[in-house]
Amino acid sequence: MGQPHDPRGNLVRPYAVTRGRTEPRRDIPIEAVLVASQAAVQEARFAGHDKYRIAVLCEPRAQSLAEIAAYSRLPLGVARVLVADMVADGMLMLHSAAPKEGFTERMDLLERVLSGLRKL
Amino acid sequence: MDFASSERAGAQPKEITSAKIVIAGGFGVGKTTLVGAVSEIEPLTTEAVMTSAGQGIDDASKVPGKETTTVAMDFGRITMAEDLILYLFGTPGQTRFWFMWDELIRGAVGAAVLVDTRRISDAFAPLDYFENRHLPYLVALNCFDGAPRYEPEEIREALAIAPHVPLIMCDARHRDSVKAVLVGVVEHAMATLVAEQGRGTPATVG
Repeated sequence: MGQPHDPRGNLVRPYAVTRGRTEPRRDIPIEAVLVASQAAVQEARFAGHDKYRIAVLCEPRAQSLAEIAAYSRLPLGVARVLVADMVADGMLMLHSAAPKEGFTERMDLLERVLSGLRKL
Repeated sequence: MDFASSERAGAQPKEITSAKIVIAGGFGVGKTTLVGAVSEIEPLTTEAVMTSAGQGIDDASKVPGKETTTVAMDFGRITMAEDLILYLFGTPGQTRFWFMWDELIRGAVGAAVLVDTRRISDAFAPLDYFENRHLPYLVALNCFDGAPRYEPEEIREALAIAPHVPLIMCDARHRDSVKAVLVGVVEHAMATLVAEQGRGTPATVG
C-alpha cells in the first residue's frame, strides 16, 4: 500500500485484495471490536500482507472495524470482507456491539456509558 | 462473541462491548471538532467507496464505466473500561450519502444533530432524516465565536423541532461542553427506553 501521499492511491481497484469478493462472510458492525491473540498473529503471517497487518493491529488492543479500515487505509467494505474471513478462520475474535434488544441489557449498557462519560 | 473461532484464536477471557453515538449535521458544522474534543485518539477517517449509481455498493467492478465516489466519515474513540469502548461517528456531510447514515445509526445508542446558528437551514435535511428514524437524538447548537445568538426556543421554532427532542447549546471545541452533549444523548436514550417500556412498545434500534 506504500502510497502515503495519495490517500486514494490504494482505493484503485479496492477489491483486488479480496480477490474480487465484495460480500463479507458475516455482517460486522462498523463499531464492533476485534482482538487477535499472539498465536493468531503468528498464523496470520501466512495469510497475506493485509491480514497480517490487521492481526498485528488487533493484538495489543481491541480495534473496531472502523479503526482497522482507517489504519490499514482500506475502504470499509474491503476491510469488512477481510475481517469476516479472519473471524471465520479463527485469526480474530469478534466482540459484541451494543445489545439491540432487551430492556435490561440496553439499560445496563446506557448506564455504563453514562457513568463513563461523567468520569471523562 | 464468536466462540467457535475464539478457541483457535486463544480465548480472550472478557467480552468487550462497544457502543456508538452518531454526530450528525451538515458540512462544516463542527462534527470532527466535536469528536476530537473528547476522543482519546486523533479523529480517524474511514472511507467507503461507492459508485455514482449511489447504491452503497462499494464495488466498481460490478458496474463498469461508473465513476466511484469516496464517502469519508470521521470518528473517535473513548475507552471507558477494559470491556467497554464508546465510538463517536460523524456522518458524511453531504446529504446524498444517506445510505451511509443508515449504516452508521444501526445499533447506535443515540445521536446528536449539530447545528451551526449561522447556517440554520443546513440543519433541515439532517433533522428530517432523524425524524423518520427510530433513534433517540437531540439537537446541539454549536455556538461559534461571533455567531448570531438565538434563544433556544427561537431555534426550536425555526427548525420545527418536536417538543420531546432536547435542545442544548454547546461549543464543539470544548471538552466539558461536548461531554455535556454526550451525557444529554445518553440520558435522552434512557428516558426514551423507559417510556417505550412503559408503553409496551417493542423497542428496536435503528
